[in-house]
Amino acid sequence: MSILKKALTTAALASVLLAGAAQAETKRIAIVVKALGIGFFDAAAKGAEEAAKELGDVEIIYTGPTDTTAEGQIEVINSLIAQKVDAIAISANDTDALVPALQKAMERGITVISWDSGVAKDGRLMHLNPSSSPLIGNTIIKLAADHLPEGGEVAVLSATSTSTNQNVWIEEMTKVLPNYPNITVVGTVYGDDLADKSYREAQGLMQTYPNLKAIIAPTSVGIVAAAQAVTDAGKVGQINVTGLGLPSEMAGHVKSGASQSFAIWNPIDLGYAATMIAYNLNTGKATAEPGAEIPMGRMGTAKLDENGEAAMADPFTYDASNIDQFSSIF
Amino acid sequence: MSALLKSREAILALAIALLLVVIASRFPAFVTPGNLASVFTDTSPLILLALGQMVVILTKCIDLSVTANLALCGMIAALMNGAGVPLPLILLLVVALGAVLGAVNGLLVWKLDIPSIVVTLGTMTIYRGIIFLLTDGKWVNAHQMSEGFKAFPRAVFLGLPVMAWIAILGIVAFVLLVNRTPLGRAFYAVGGNPHAAVYTGISVGRTQFAAFVLSGALAGFVGYLWVARYAVAYVDIASGFELDVVAACVIGGIAIAGGAGSVAGCVMGALFLGIMKNALPVVGISPFWQMAISGAAILIAIAFNARGSGPKGRLILKTPEVRA
Repeated sequence: MSILKKALTTAALASVLLAGAAQAETKRIAIVVKALGIGFFDAAAKGAEEAAKELGDVEIIYTGPTDTTAEGQIEVINSLIAQKVDAIAISANDTDALVPALQKAMERGITVISWDSGVAKDGRLMHLNPSSSPLIGNTIIKLAADHLPEGGEVAVLSATSTSTNQNVWIEEMTKVLPNYPNITVVGTVYGDDLADKSYREAQGLMQTYPNLKAIIAPTSVGIVAAAQAVTDAGKVGQINVTGLGLPSEMAGHVKSGASQSFAIWNPIDLGYAATMIAYNLNTGKATAEPGAEIPMGRMGTAKLDENGEAAMADPFTYDASNIDQFSSIF
Repeated sequence: MSALLKSREAILALAIALLLVVIASRFPAFVTPGNLASVFTDTSPLILLALGQMVVILTKCIDLSVTANLALCGMIAALMNGAGVPLPLILLLVVALGAVLGAVNGLLVWKLDIPSIVVTLGTMTIYRGIIFLLTDGKWVNAHQMSEGFKAFPRAVFLGLPVMAWIAILGIVAFVLLVNRTPLGRAFYAVGGNPHAAVYTGISVGRTQFAAFVLSGALAGFVGYLWVARYAVAYVDIASGFELDVVAACVIGGIAIAGGAGSVAGCVMGALFLGIMKNALPVVGISPFWQMAISGAAILIAIAFNARGSGPKGRLILKTPEVRA
């Protein structure tokens, strides 16, 4: 590991020196997010800045629409094409709707990759998953099962019924269910990533399934709303809320006991890795083809599968023991 | 009997009763008094906002910025709480701020004569933008709010949470306002026939301004309630909820052309939507159908209202024409 790190640092340094000697032209890499003002993406931008500092000749353009729509992102992409950026790394609001705009960008020589939430294969060179979907699917059910030694009923509170991410994770979770014979998943409801609707759906779950032992919410709005609904219903200790959330948003609910533990990957690492990949593809240090291994600086390498997708790392579990440490970061 | 069936309120009450029967047949626990009380509590913000929207619609205007106003006031309430401002002062300030934001809408409509739908569409975006500027898009989370701040709407008083009592208080106040005060009657006069209203000495613009201030003040107050109830404040809270508010008014028989509608209808319109929202998750209907069902209910209610409103004027020339 340390040898690899050293080698990479040397490579990075060398590239900085080379770039500095050849031409002082900086690479402009646009980090396009689902919407501005989401803590998760702000943290990713921090990681991108970290990568830029490490690479030296990179300027990060952190941008995105003000609400989570594909239309808004298309406008952003068009303006980035007009600005002639070198690379676009996007977390997409829609799998297919962005493809034409991104193809236009690629025709003009812009390196396009997607990260976090993917675009269809035709619209990007490669996609960086924060983790592998099977791993996340397994993690969210394991988080619930770990606190239910005797098993019981659990339910899923998702975002919208059309969210690419959530649907894939839930599908993968269903695949590994046979490994948890005592756990019964009684239903999946959709809170549309709205605090009030998620709260109401969580209340509905508690009413419909009186023996419910856990609510799995693989969405940051949903997990907070479900934890609040469980607290208000006086069922802390009886129903464990878990899933994917942000430490800063979940700190209170972990301390109150409404949530025993939850998971998330490190968005800082994700923004860092996406920037590294975009840079390496743009400078020709790596090519995006099935089986290729693209270096991601301190995060190791990303190995592409036949769909041009790669996984960064395992999701990380947060609980009462480490929540304070991370809640101040993101 | 037939006159009773023609009244919007009666039809709506019947529809609500029918809805409850259908829900009870699939999920009996829904109609227990305890659960109905919690549905009412959950619907309280919608009722309060719909009442404010009602007076605006009565004056031939519409306020699309209510939920942006709500979100901004809610965020400011949460920020003030973080800064240690005592709760009574926060309540006072959010109501005042809400009224000011409403007054901005009102002034633009009154003094510049801009159509209200355009004004409020603009201010809606501006108010949400201000939240973003204030917070950089950061959330205020449960653990960053004081216990008292979160507990007030939940505190139980005579068997009902404070939030429900506030809605009841709001309903009573609005019944008195629209039926017993000159301003209340002016809302109807301005919407029913603006020209005639001017001849009776009512200023159309000033009345519309008053309606916007009222709607804004309520939105500001509900902003606090919303943030305290869901224990989270961020840019997008209650986004899209303005459509529910307008829908509640329309279902409740408030004529979108102004001048007609009642508090009872408005409250029942909000309750109808509230029951629907709370019941759909428990009756086991696929989430893919939920939106379609909500939409269909709105259309059916409006169709009933349109039929119930009857002919607009008298045909005085019909008989001679037939003779000729």
